[in-house]
Amino acid sequence: MSNDASQGANVELAHRIGSEIAAVHAAEVDRNARFPAEAIAALKDARLLSALVPQELGGMGMKMVELTAVCTALGQYCAATAMVFAMHQIQVACIVRHGLGSEFFRQYCRELVDKQLLIGSITSEVGVGGDTRSSICAVEVDGDRFVLNKDATTVSYGAHADELLVTCRRDLAAARSDQVMVLVRRGQYTLEQTSQWDTLGMRGTCSPGFKFRSRGDAAQILPGDYADSSGQTMVPYSHILWSGLWLGIASDAMSRAASSVRAEARRNPGTVPPTALRLAELSNTLQSMRSNVHDVARDCQELQESAEGNESLLTLGFALKMNNLKISCSTLVVQIVHQALLICGIQGYKNDSKFSLGRHLRDAHSAQLMIGNDRIYGRSASMLLVYKDA
Amino acid sequence: MSTTDDIRQILKAHGRLSADADTLAEDADLYQAGLTSHASVNVMLGLEGQFDIEFPDRMLKRGVFGSIASIRDAIEELTAS
Ligand SMILES: Cc1cc2nc3c(=O)[nH]c(=O)nc-3n(C[C@H](O)[C@H](O)[C@H](O)COP(=O)(O)OP(=O)(O)OC[C@H]3O[C@@H](n4cnc5c(N)ncnc54)[C@H](O)[C@@H]3O)c2cc1C
Repeated sequence: MSNDASQGANVELAHRIGSEIAAVHAAEVDRNARFPAEAIAALKDARLLSALVPQELGGMGMKMVELTAVCTALGQYCAATAMVFAMHQIQVACIVRHGLGSEFFRQYCRELVDKQLLIGSITSEVGVGGDTRSSICAVEVDGDRFVLNKDATTVSYGAHADELLVTCRRDLAAARSDQVMVLVRRGQYTLEQTSQWDTLGMRGTCSPGFKFRSRGDAAQILPGDYADSSGQTMVPYSHILWSGLWLGIASDAMSRAASSVRAEARRNPGTVPPTALRLAELSNTLQSMRSNVHDVARDCQELQESAEGNESLLTLGFALKMNNLKISCSTLVVQIVHQALLICGIQGYKNDSKFSLGRHLRDAHSAQLMIGNDRIYGRSASMLLVYKDA
Repeated sequence: MSTTDDIRQILKAHGRLSADADTLAEDADLYQAGLTSHASVNVMLGLEGQFDIEFPDRMLKRGVFGSIASIRDAIEELTAS
């Protein structure tokens, strides 16, 4: 089942969009730190922005294993495209897994299918850094309307999104950790850019800081607590889909290194080039990264489909597994690209060679910062004080 | 002291609640009262020490630590013999 899902028609489609469109613009998207508009348009045309919407509402009802494979495929051609796609899916996951009891969100999903709307995320906030589980801003509801303002540090494709899913305190009296999510639609909000996005990597995600101001209808507040949607959806989908696309970056680095070694071998048939040994080592590391991503994606999907369903995603054991996946993949992707660079040598170091790995390396370095690994280690450390089945 | 009083003491010491643990209703939502997942670990540790119990992994769920009443149910289940 998982094999089919990771090699199915949608994954092939992602490879096609990746090789024919995303890869063609990747270098320029990176150089100019511009939004990968062509690739995102192609993903919309392929109706992949509603991949997670259940079939009864017109979507594909795609599951975790397949979606992860799509992210891996895209990550091989343009990591920024893959990251925009993954972040969008994380937001859709929150809506389809927690919002469908509400008529507003059911109707919204139908519209998402129809118009292939792109959803951005505002969890980060000036004053709380990367701690997604606390907010300073609060949604203020008056009758059936709300007002919500947030000073966000980093909003990927903020200027290109159709809607934004924003975390905030439940009301002005609520504790920082007592949060909800609000879907704010284009036309209901303004964004005032407060910083630039001139970064080392992931430049095409276009993620500067913004002062966000909005008003809307109270029905747009996602039902339930963010504490649950975070543990059951936002965290697992983020860590698995991100790891999936980092695996894509690592796989492409591996394939560039492999073709460089093959080219060398062809020049000297009969002798195994010394770099082949390093390639064997790289292949070993890549395999453990790939197994980890596949295993955890499958585990998550199986738990979702189990009798206990969403409840089983709230255990400490599951949270630890998610943390470990994120930490190891974000670390391995840098290690793998670095090893590949040593194999390709100067050809990998050059920006204008077919073995170039500069963009891969710069993109890979974002992985350990996107929710800082020490922050995640800190959470795991405290869970391990009470968790027994470690 | 009753189990409930002990639970209130531990919430007071480690829960970092924005509400007063002494007067909080037994079924009030502790997370809405400001309990973070980090503080809930300290509450678990405090309870394990106080009652000389170990919460098995199946009980280490948000819901179990969601109210004074649900914590008491869990402790009673573990101490009943
Ligand atoms: C490519 C990219 C795209 C992004 N897109 C978005 C987006 O669309 N929307 C959005 O809201 N955010 C986005 N972010 C922001 C992201 O979610 C985090 O908020 C951000 O990466 C963390 O920023 P920070 O390093 O300043 O913060 P911090 O989390 O404050 O971390 C700073 C340092 O302190 C350490 N640290 C912090 N707390 C602890 C702790 N308790 N224990 C140990 N160490 C700790 C961290 O590990 C890190 O080393 C994006 C980030 C990147 C890199």
